[in-house]
Amino acid sequence: MHNFNYHLAADVQDAVAKLSKSEDGKIISGGMTLLPTLKNRLSAPSDLIDLGNIDALRGVVVSKTEVTIKGMTCHADVAANADLQRVLPALANLAGIIGDPAVRHRGTIGGSVANADPAADYPAAVVGLDGVVETNQRRINGDDFFISLFETALEPNEVITAVHFKVPDAAHYMKFRHPASGYAVVGVMVARYGKKVRVAVTGAGPNVFRVPAMEAALEQNFAPEAIANVAVDADDLLGDMHCSAEYRAHMVGVYARRAVAAIVG
Amino acid sequence: MINVTMTVNGREMTGEVEARTLLVQFLRDHLRLTGTHVGCDTTQCGCCIVHVDGKAMKSCTMLAVQAQGKAITTIEGLAAKDGTLHPMQQAFRDNHALQCGYCTPGMVMMGIDIARRLPDADEATIRHQLEGNICRCTGYQGIVEAIKSASAVLNGKQEGGSHA
Repeated sequence: MHNFNYHLAADVQDAVAKLSKSEDGKIISGGMTLLPTLKNRLSAPSDLIDLGNIDALRGVVVSKTEVTIKGMTCHADVAANADLQRVLPALANLAGIIGDPAVRHRGTIGGSVANADPAADYPAAVVGLDGVVETNQRRINGDDFFISLFETALEPNEVITAVHFKVPDAAHYMKFRHPASGYAVVGVMVARYGKKVRVAVTGAGPNVFRVPAMEAALEQNFAPEAIANVAVDADDLLGDMHCSAEYRAHMVGVYARRAVAAIVG
Repeated sequence: MINVTMTVNGREMTGEVEARTLLVQFLRDHLRLTGTHVGCDTTQCGCCIVHVDGKAMKSCTMLAVQAQGKAITTIEGLAAKDGTLHPMQQAFRDNHALQCGYCTPGMVMMGIDIARRLPDADEATIRHQLEGNICRCTGYQGIVEAIKSASAVLNGKQEGGSHA
């Protein structure tokens, strides 16, 4: 790991000020992706600005219609939140299967969403649960947030302060978990809001995406068989040493059907 | 160089580190607490797990400066002063839960974390909870049994251990 200047931010304003003053600074939240990246010398920032001491950025607020998770809340705290388990269990369960227990004690929602790993779990929730990413500057709709592989709508001096989710009538996240890394080979969030349905897929493409054909079919008939014949095009999907794009395309259908089946029981 | 101060196994420790110094390097190389091991150095194997403010974390994926002001417990901090083993250590011994011993410090620290968070964990839950701890020689059977039995002691469900 190349050395860097380390700063502990007092609050978000302070973090932004230090970030904009640095030559090539980076925010560190949980560091569960950033530190391994630095160790491999894939990145060499001049400065790290640590959000770890900002208690105002931690917490989960649950109402009947909306869930707000502040940016520095770790996955373990999201998974263990009793209100969230009651109101939106799909989201608590998603947080509880990220990485491993020690990673969940440090990794944060803000870090995960800002990093936009194509195989991360939270993006499926941000898009599938009609989320809004709140920063020090603005609110960004989940549908507009993820641009491409590791690329988001965030501006250079923008810091995620919270992520908001709309509480659905029902939702389920079904994940084909890579047995070694724990990342999603394919992860599908299905959520029903009245007559509207959202289907968001992570792990399969360069970034999270919705499947409009499945959403339309499920809006007509919310049952696994309604999407049995909806094919997902493999052309835009990822193929790697673990499996081909065609396999991932097939698995999107399988996991979407299982998610619907889990909701209808 | 940066000055860091943290409480390690109940004692206040100070040191001078580079920003990039990992917590595990500080523990092993600066404080000579070599019980915490580095297996993979990539956040996967769990050999480096310590408790930070009471929670299991991988000390190879945390900077020493991030531990400023925090309370760290390592494997060296578990046994009583007279050498009596912590119930989790004793259970590992009783259940033959180690062979080469390399992963053991991390397994013991994670075992205690599991016992604290999930006092009623059954065997399947314990196995899932160990997915960030890798053993490459003796296998997980004894480890799972040790955690299950020590958890009962630590949570007051079974006699045994001297300072549960």
